[in-house]
Amino acid sequence: MEPLSWSEIILRILGQFTPVWIALIVTFVVSILYKRRLGLYGKLFDSTIGMIGFALVMFWVFTGVFGGLFNLIITHDVLDQVSGMKNKVPGTPLPSPEDGVYEYYLLGGDNLARDVFSRMVKGAWEVIKIAPFATLFAFMVGITLGLPAGYYGGKLDTFLSFLANLILAFPVILLFYLLVTPEIVATGIPVYMAGVLFIFPIVFLVILYNSRFYTQPAKRNLYIAITLVIGLWLYLGIAWDADPLGLISFPPNLLVVFVSVVFVNSPTVFRIVRGLTLDIKTRDYVAAAQTRGEGPWYIMLWEILPNARGPLIVDFCLRIGYTTILLGTLGFFGLGLSPESPDWGSTINEGRKLLTIYLHPALPPAFALLTLVLGLNLLADGLREESLRD
Amino acid sequence: MGLFILRRLGVMLLTALCLTFIVFFLTNLFPNLEKLAKTEGNFRMSDEAVISYLTREGHMQPLPVKYGQWLGVVPGFTFETDDGITGQCFDGALTAEQVAEQRRYCGILQGDWGFSTRFKDEVGPIIGERLSLTGILMFWVMLLMVPSALILGVLAGMREGSRTDRALSTVAITTTATPEYVSGVVLIAVFASSAVGLRWFKGTATGAMENPTFENFFLPVLTIALYGMGYIARMTRASMAEVMTAQYIRTARLKGVSFPNIVMKHALRNALIAPFTVIMLQFPWLLNGVVIVETLFNYKGFGWTLVEAASNNDIELLLGVSVVSVFVVLITQLISDIGYVYLNPRISVS
Repeated sequence: MEPLSWSEIILRILGQFTPVWIALIVTFVVSILYKRRLGLYGKLFDSTIGMIGFALVMFWVFTGVFGGLFNLIITHDVLDQVSGMKNKVPGTPLPSPEDGVYEYYLLGGDNLARDVFSRMVKGAWEVIKIAPFATLFAFMVGITLGLPAGYYGGKLDTFLSFLANLILAFPVILLFYLLVTPEIVATGIPVYMAGVLFIFPIVFLVILYNSRFYTQPAKRNLYIAITLVIGLWLYLGIAWDADPLGLISFPPNLLVVFVSVVFVNSPTVFRIVRGLTLDIKTRDYVAAAQTRGEGPWYIMLWEILPNARGPLIVDFCLRIGYTTILLGTLGFFGLGLSPESPDWGSTINEGRKLLTIYLHPALPPAFALLTLVLGLNLLADGLREESLRD
Repeated sequence: MGLFILRRLGVMLLTALCLTFIVFFLTNLFPNLEKLAKTEGNFRMSDEAVISYLTREGHMQPLPVKYGQWLGVVPGFTFETDDGITGQCFDGALTAEQVAEQRRYCGILQGDWGFSTRFKDEVGPIIGERLSLTGILMFWVMLLMVPSALILGVLAGMREGSRTDRALSTVAITTTATPEYVSGVVLIAVFASSAVGLRWFKGTATGAMENPTFENFFLPVLTIALYGMGYIARMTRASMAEVMTAQYIRTARLKGVSFPNIVMKHALRNALIAPFTVIMLQFPWLLNGVVIVETLFNYKGFGWTLVEAASNNDIELLLGVSVVSVFVVLITQLISDIGYVYLNPRISVS
């Protein structure tokens, strides 16, 4: 068979992404139709930059979900090595394709004769399944500690700020090298860190419900019971790998990556939340709540936090992007994830070794990472603009 | 002001102590020591051999004692063998009388940074040499990054919402969204690939260690500068846009001052206060970038040393590297705070 020309390659790649295009179009049509009823999310569709950013982000989210979970977009298995396809240029046909096997390597083969295109698509899933959750956990930790630090001030604030600055003064890569090595994993330190860090979401939700429904014990007890049962079940399964039902477990090397990313991100979130709290606690409505006799946690979680949501949502988008970069850095230094893992950082690292001769293995994951982070930055910009408007 | 700096220095020292202790603790965990023993000896060492090696080298003492020895506040480690006494503070096996003449303390307080197992050399000179290489790199990065970021930000911020602003902001966002390992790879592909591309520059900077030229040094410098540039430019733009809406700018305009004059004489000084702090606070991030870029371009500077030390669990070199990097971060924070006070008369430390 003839190798494909560049226009054929592009057409075929666009064709492979069909499920993503359909999902994107549906999302956009529905969102634009109902944008007036969707609050801040709907307002996003008034800003061009925000829409472009959202489209880029959702493209990779859908790619990750369809390609990673349902194996829809990929043309070959990410670990399949086809002899004769080592370092072949984009559009090369397979030497002797079996029935039902896709006949081409659309973006060429890498150093181990695997399909670059499929690995890039699978790499999206590696990011999508870690980055948002790691960022969310970092926010839970940052918020649970930042609110009291800003609200009470004093010794608590001094102590927590010192801790946050301590972690921030650490060069991130040194920290990664110290935490994400097999030797450290063997000592169990990451598990203990997970044990500490993952308790924060449960604490956060319990305090949240308790402060709100303090006067309605029946409702409060129900909510707290649900949170505790589900939360502790997940907590035992994820952090300690001791799920009593045996349903949930977390690969240990993924846990280390997750924990170190949360650990690196939470001090920054802490500082932002603390700063916002310091600003907002001087407002009149906080004084009014204090006069009404509301408890401190009610004021922090239901008066201050909702009013700090604008900057926090914007920072959340930016921080997912930063987390994506951090994950790439980990992959780039070959830390944590397994060497065969198709994540973008590892693929770039593998591809760079032969970069001056073969460009195609390193460039697709590089552009994928670039567009995802760019999308998140643009999305954050659009959100910032729209939330400032009212 | 003096008291403020003194207090900050105190906090800084405490932070540095805590951080080095954390590094010390993590590198001295038993699995790490075992790995060290096996790389130093051989990989098929029995457990007893590992323990005896570690005892002989003083690694089996309690952690606070070892930390004290490294700092130089606890007398150096000595070990009695059949040949005599070996120790941390002197070479070879000596008799008890000879040991008594040797100095007892040898930690970093005495200027003794220890011995690198990776490079088989004293840590102090290694760090000095590598740091000077990185210093050259950083000098050029700063020279490229700061002026271009400031120009970009001022041009974008002086007419907020204009087409120039949109275009320049997009450029700034794109550079902040491109981590060094992506931009480095793309730049090498475009400018240095031997297969396709322009072949203007070299894809490695190994030659730049002895004789930096434009050809072999521009790509690494550009890669680090690009990532930091976008962020500084965005901060400059925000601060410039804010200054341009201030009352005194409107007054100047109504008086009939020309637009270039307003930007140069009235707005610029006030608009540059915020970016100054940002530039200083960029140092920790730049350090990150240095590590990635030095690995990518094979430039054997400070960042490369960090990677080598960390991946070989070279304890004393790693500690030296972290001391230096922590001090760089903390000192830049201090400078940024002090500079902020000097530049902005509205803020006072008391």
